[in-house]
Amino acid sequence: MSGRDVDTRARATADAVARRSYGKLVAFLAARTRDVAAAEDALSEAFASALTDWPENGCPLNPEAWLLTVARRKAIDIARRRRSGEAAAAQRQLLAEEFVAAAEGEAIPDQRLALMFACGHPALETGIRAPLMLQVVLGLDAKTIASAFLTSPATMGKRLVRAKSKIRQAGIPFRVPEREELPGRLDTVLDAIYAAFTESWTDPGGTDVVRRDLAEETIYLATLLADLLPAEPEALGLLALMLHAEARRRARRNAEGEYVPLAEQDPALWNSQLIDAAEALLRRASALGRIGRYQLEGALQSAHVYRRRTGLANWPEVVQLYDALLALSGSPVVAINRALAIRELHGAAAALEAMQELVPDMRLNDYQPYWAARAELLATTGAIGAAHHAYEVAIGLERDVAVRRFLQRRQSMLTPD
Amino acid sequence: MQYILMLYANESGWSKLAPAEQKRAAAAYEAYTEALKKAGAFKGGSRLQPVAAATTVRIVNGKSQVLDGPYAESKEQLGGYYLIDVPDLDAAMSWAARCPAASHGIVEVRPLFVAPG
Repeated sequence: MSGRDVDTRARATADAVARRSYGKLVAFLAARTRDVAAAEDALSEAFASALTDWPENGCPLNPEAWLLTVARRKAIDIARRRRSGEAAAAQRQLLAEEFVAAAEGEAIPDQRLALMFACGHPALETGIRAPLMLQVVLGLDAKTIASAFLTSPATMGKRLVRAKSKIRQAGIPFRVPEREELPGRLDTVLDAIYAAFTESWTDPGGTDVVRRDLAEETIYLATLLADLLPAEPEALGLLALMLHAEARRRARRNAEGEYVPLAEQDPALWNSQLIDAAEALLRRASALGRIGRYQLEGALQSAHVYRRRTGLANWPEVVQLYDALLALSGSPVVAINRALAIRELHGAAAALEAMQELVPDMRLNDYQPYWAARAELLATTGAIGAAHHAYEVAIGLERDVAVRRFLQRRQSMLTPD
Repeated sequence: MQYILMLYANESGWSKLAPAEQKRAAAAYEAYTEALKKAGAFKGGSRLQPVAAATTVRIVNGKSQVLDGPYAESKEQLGGYYLIDVPDLDAAMSWAARCPAASHGIVEVRPLFVAPG
């Protein structure tokens, strides 16, 4: 093999290990010390060493263990550089103990779940939980994360550093919460992952590589969570919901890049494999007998897919699911979608009436889907002037160009009678 | 790790309570303190006199400036604190949630600074 081939192989092995094991190694290195930043520094130095060592000496049989050994040595160096005296000695002791356990042929314990709960801890600022998971569990760099979340790398970097300091200083544990607190704590982790996934939808056409990657990476996080918590129906429900949405990504844009609403999408463009996987997850979740927000949202996606594929109207079931979801969340967003389903059953006037109950809610004034839904309904009932105005507001609130054009087209189709 | 729980509440709320209610509220704090001690988490703590008894002191241009009243005027006032020793933030948070002040005010949880070395 030429030197270049060896280099390439070493890099490929390192990349594969990084993808598969980054979070596992960070979790293992940081579990006791709670010093995520130090663990990441040590690990990145270990990866750098691998890239010089492996081409020369060949890839090790157990690259994970090799990286852990080197990273642990680097961590001790870093601890020595940063601190002195008792604290550093205690930390070195901890690291050494764990290293012995790992080196004695034991598989590296998978503490990624504990790491995810630390990153999704309610004591951390809400908006930083998902970026933190992407960095610490998957190893994405601040620059990539920043562009996915539409902020500057410097700002994102600072917020990530602050969150890691908080974990260390405030004593946020690396631990899966006890049974009685698990549901609440799991919710914050699920919400963080879902928020990051919906962020990726600002470019559903998938033209922006960074955003497409964000969808992929958040699905990876949700898959990991569902694998690690196979008996938590909401973890399965979230993954099902995300897979359903992902399955239709291609169908949401036509050849001209225009937005295509669900009712007009071509089911042939949907990814059947993803839909089947989502359906299987929902069945597993429902067998566990504890309903929740994400399972209901997943079930709604499932109902829409079933209707479009079979042509059989299932609006009573859809409204029922929205009722359950509304009872659970009290969210005006859910109420809007429920009103749109009611239109299919009882007509636009009934739907407008269902939506009218929401009007005092000031939060809706700058909520685009409310105005878009209202415009649709008003147009159907023939209130052209009011519909025109509602479209105007919806267009003004939309940040996605394709959706904006879609709304403008609808608006121009309004004809006064 | 050691944490301080700082108990903030509206002071005027206390004087509005009927004597029997005051007694019940005080008993809740006693029970909470007792539970902390039983769990081996209690390191110290006390209720504070109202902010009317507060005095702030600072040195300005080498001269000490003394003012009547608390440092910051706000709807809730610091009315007491607990110093606890527990394994991590989750444990500190669950003690904070049990504190009677969490129901009628706010409990701020702060880890103590540990000097490196």
